[in-house]
Amino acid sequence: MSVARTHAIALLGMTGSLVEVEADISANLPAIILIGLPDAALSQATHRVRMAAKNSGSALTPHRLTVNLSPAALPKHGSGFDLAIALACLAADNIVPPASIDKVVHIGELALDGRLRPTAGILPAVIAASKRGHRQVMVPVGNAQEASLVPGMRVIAVASLREALIWHGAAIEPVDVDPIMQHDDAADAQTELDLVDVVGNDEAVLALQVAAAGGHHVFMLGPPGSGKTMLAARLPGILPDLDTAASLEVSSLRSLTGSGLGRSLVTRPPLEAPHHTATAAAMIGGGTGQIRPGAAVRAAHGVLFLDEAPEFAAPVLDALRQPLESGLISIHRANATATFPGRFQLVMAANPCPCGQYGASDKECTCPPNARRRYLAKISGPLLDRIDIQLGVQRITAAQLRLADTEERVTSAAARARVESARAAAAERLAPTPWTLNSQVPGPWLRGPHARLGGAITAGLDRALERGGITMRGYDRVLKVAWSIADLEGLTSPGADQVGQALYLRKGMS
Amino acid sequence: MWAHAACGSSTLVDVARKDDLGRRGEECAALFLTKAGYRLIERNWRCPQGEIDLIAEHEGQIVFVEVKSRSSVAFGHPFEAITIDKLARLRRLAAAWCDQSATSPRRIRIDAISVIAPFASSPTIEHLTGIF
Repeated sequence: MSVARTHAIALLGMTGSLVEVEADISANLPAIILIGLPDAALSQATHRVRMAAKNSGSALTPHRLTVNLSPAALPKHGSGFDLAIALACLAADNIVPPASIDKVVHIGELALDGRLRPTAGILPAVIAASKRGHRQVMVPVGNAQEASLVPGMRVIAVASLREALIWHGAAIEPVDVDPIMQHDDAADAQTELDLVDVVGNDEAVLALQVAAAGGHHVFMLGPPGSGKTMLAARLPGILPDLDTAASLEVSSLRSLTGSGLGRSLVTRPPLEAPHHTATAAAMIGGGTGQIRPGAAVRAAHGVLFLDEAPEFAAPVLDALRQPLESGLISIHRANATATFPGRFQLVMAANPCPCGQYGASDKECTCPPNARRRYLAKISGPLLDRIDIQLGVQRITAAQLRLADTEERVTSAAARARVESARAAAAERLAPTPWTLNSQVPGPWLRGPHARLGGAITAGLDRALERGGITMRGYDRVLKVAWSIADLEGLTSPGADQVGQALYLRKGMS
Repeated sequence: MWAHAACGSSTLVDVARKDDLGRRGEECAALFLTKAGYRLIERNWRCPQGEIDLIAEHEGQIVFVEVKSRSSVAFGHPFEAITIDKLARLRRLAAAWCDQSATSPRRIRIDAISVIAPFASSPTIEHLTGIF
């Protein structure tokens, strides 16, 4: 009777901790006792392990097995521990050499026939194993590609427990099985929509490009049918590809939600569009046991689109203020705190009033004035204040539709190329500073000696400030947008035209 | 052996074979314990609540033994057939035995013995001590 140990990974949000899985055999009636704070899915591992071992040609010992998951006080979730538990149990019985399993991190869920099922969160788990100095990880064949995205790790992909046992040196006959593959969600992800579909709305198309170039948040106000949703859905398509760090983070999040990654890391920015009945937990993340990322987290490094923004519950919208400020989302629960990335680009769309027709040229609004005021007041001032581009969108007219065939329209490819060069220009200009995007630059720096614009250029803006049309914070935001417009147009610094345009994009909806 | 319902033998014969295997297993277990220095006190002690397979004395302890016999492990290891309910009943039976015995024992223990007795070959015996 002996003790064997191996390693697995427990995920809390996106951070993984190394877990030691120990198994001990004692002379008592057959039982598997699993200790070390397992959740319901993990507690049932004992049944899966017993059957899988039996069906892999090496049944568990008919004595009592005590399996300890250490550190014992860390809550552990999910079915990814099955493989490690099975190997520790069999090594305690000397069916596999205990020395061999000690050197490898094992992740994978077992099927009753002994095959290994693809498991959610492989990418963050393997990254965690790599960070803690492990160089060998054993994963299900269905997760092999995902695991091999982590540099410097030797990935041992096995189709079944039997194969894993043989790899570790057990003397059992190999049997060929059909490996269980992961459904590849990346393959049937919808293709990005093209900006060329947008008819008319030239200023909104321009505003989208400015937003993409500077990383500005956008608020669009307009009657139903004016194309707000259509425009917002096309924003990810004109954003540049993700850089390496962002790509790894987005891929880890996708892995964590259990959707397949396919052959490569995610390189395109994600788009999340939660329904307006979403709760705060659905928006930022939550859960009593396992802490799961919400829509805002899944939109990290991409676009979070809130259609019908005033219909969202006020606490849900205000929950976004923390990530907008810090770029991080912390979720606190009784047993743990998880931190997720939360740097997304917020796009909100709203009707001007409950009936939607206020301000439209072709129909009359039927809302009483107080209903109209209450409607937009649902979006709190502090939230609206963080949004640089606030834009009114109008329905297109029959004349615009007829003209649309003759006019040249911007394609997403062309817009993305402009955005990429604008971002490159901004990054070059901001190289000595810690910022890379115009939206990140604080106002005092823009008004300081490094970027001060002449009095003639900001004259219109100064007048708006004097008249109380904008606040000081609004002034700074207009400057940021002006710089983005200048970058987009290939200018070294904004002129009076660009500042005027930026002021319009800030105040265009009122 | 006794589990071959498809081979044409009647249920009654199956039950008889099963009882036979059980008796043979208890015989093996009794022999095994005697060799190991246990003093047998009772065999198949019955009361209204049930039956204890073997009761023995060892190093000042009264040992109550549950014997499980199988002809093969095709339907699971014999020990797997000892459930929580079975253990609880064994505990109650042990108490009942102590109540009726003249000298009440100071220390008791509950053991299990598995006998895997394949047809026409020597049986394998495993002994677990203190299972409750």
